[in-house]
Amino acid sequence: MVPFAGYAMPLSYGSVGQVASHNHVRTSAGLFDVGHMVQSNFRGVTAAAFLEWLTPSSLKSLSPYSSALSVILNENGGIIDDTVITKHSDDAFYVVTNAGRRDRDLAWFRQKLEEWNSGEQAKDGKVEHEVLEDWGLVALQGPQAAEYLQKSTSFDLAKLTFGKSAYVTIGGFTLHVARGGYTGEDGFEISIPPSQTVDVVQLLSQSPVQLAGLGARDSLRLEAGMCLYGNDLDEDTSPVEAGLSWVIGKDRKESGNFIGADSLRKHLKDGPPRRRVGLVVEGAPARQGAQIFAPSGKDMIGKVTSGIPSPTLNKNIAMGYVLSGWHKKGTEVEVDVRNKLRKAVVTPMPFIKPNYWRG
Amino acid sequence: MFSAIRSAARVRALPPLGIAKTSFISFRLAPGYRTLVTTRYTQEHEAVAFDDATGVGTVSITDHAQESLGDVVFVELPAIGSRVGKGDQIGAVESVKAASDIYAPVSGEVLEVNERLNDEPGLLNRSPQNDGWLCKIKLANPSEMEALLTAEGYKEVCDS
Repeated sequence: MVPFAGYAMPLSYGSVGQVASHNHVRTSAGLFDVGHMVQSNFRGVTAAAFLEWLTPSSLKSLSPYSSALSVILNENGGIIDDTVITKHSDDAFYVVTNAGRRDRDLAWFRQKLEEWNSGEQAKDGKVEHEVLEDWGLVALQGPQAAEYLQKSTSFDLAKLTFGKSAYVTIGGFTLHVARGGYTGEDGFEISIPPSQTVDVVQLLSQSPVQLAGLGARDSLRLEAGMCLYGNDLDEDTSPVEAGLSWVIGKDRKESGNFIGADSLRKHLKDGPPRRRVGLVVEGAPARQGAQIFAPSGKDMIGKVTSGIPSPTLNKNIAMGYVLSGWHKKGTEVEVDVRNKLRKAVVTPMPFIKPNYWRG
Repeated sequence: MFSAIRSAARVRALPPLGIAKTSFISFRLAPGYRTLVTTRYTQEHEAVAFDDATGVGTVSITDHAQESLGDVVFVELPAIGSRVGKGDQIGAVESVKAASDIYAPVSGEVLEVNERLNDEPGLLNRSPQNDGWLCKIKLANPSEMEALLTAEGYKEVCDS
């Protein structure tokens, strides 16, 4: 068990090592307890407009029961948090944010809601925010996740494609199920009312499903090229630098009115000063904080923000930020690990081929 | 049998190691003579098995260390022939989770490294203090062994 965002969380379960657990999710199915994450509902006639003020996403045009990866930006266009927003209707959104950003996010929501609800924008109706305290959230992930879950429901999961969600009756419980996850595999994120969490987890953790911990979660997401807030994203990083420009709605790039828009447009127009890249490092794995140098080792051009020896690829993979110009795939750089420079190559992410269900 | 071992120990001219009776002592048969191997530990979870006949210490990580690291996937070893000072960083053991530096528990010259670990880093988990040894150091000053922890002392470190 390790401390994580105010919770004591398991790196792994029982005698299953991190690598075995990782491989099990890549080849079969694993269940992650992500109940520490913050689940919220935003409701009200102007909820879509409110969330479009907090994020650069196109939420009005998003179809109901669809999810979007998004970013909550500060006034400078820096990322306060990354989040998944699921639209249920124009006036109801379900939002999952990071546990490690709970205090910052909730204070931000409170402050911005007050501004919104007391202003002209809310004349058609106020927005209410509800945190789903003590609700369970589990992620069933892996190529066998769908087949396993299908056994407990008459809902045709083949129709629930990547990025869609639905209320699904599983073993008698009606639960919010979103297809997706944080591993690069097919899977489901299932939200569970507090009184049902234990029963649902028992139902979802039978063979071949194995419980999987934070260790495997980190190595799986890194292979999938996904960011971990606090490592790869922070308030001094814009989504353009982070390679997340794709979360900005097409109709919002030019004219969208959202917090941080001016700085974001500057990065979009002039190009960002640095960019998030994937790296494959020779020799030793580069970890968070390792410095990236131009070949010859003289000029520091960036820093590694996450790095591991990849269990799937048997290569040392990392992500980090480099000065613009050094970000193109195939660029050779050097990374300092234990005072020795190791060769590294800028490599497109994801490092593994994702395996999402797109129908 | 135990008295036989004790008397065997007494007949050898022991270097002034100050081996407490409670230290972990084992005998290995080498061609023609017996040698005394003493294993001591560091706070950083390295172990060194010192052979007083050869003056060579075999450095490894402890079982406790391999357990907390999890599956070891990469081991970086020092260069053969390098001279290391006690406390110098001489390599690293990496699991997917984390990198853990290895510090020289004693000063001396690196005579040999366990090349098997390049292809089989998992040896460190399966057999940390035997097949998974890291390197052999010819001790510059065998009395450095005295400053290291005994098995009991190390156990206290792990339990605290």
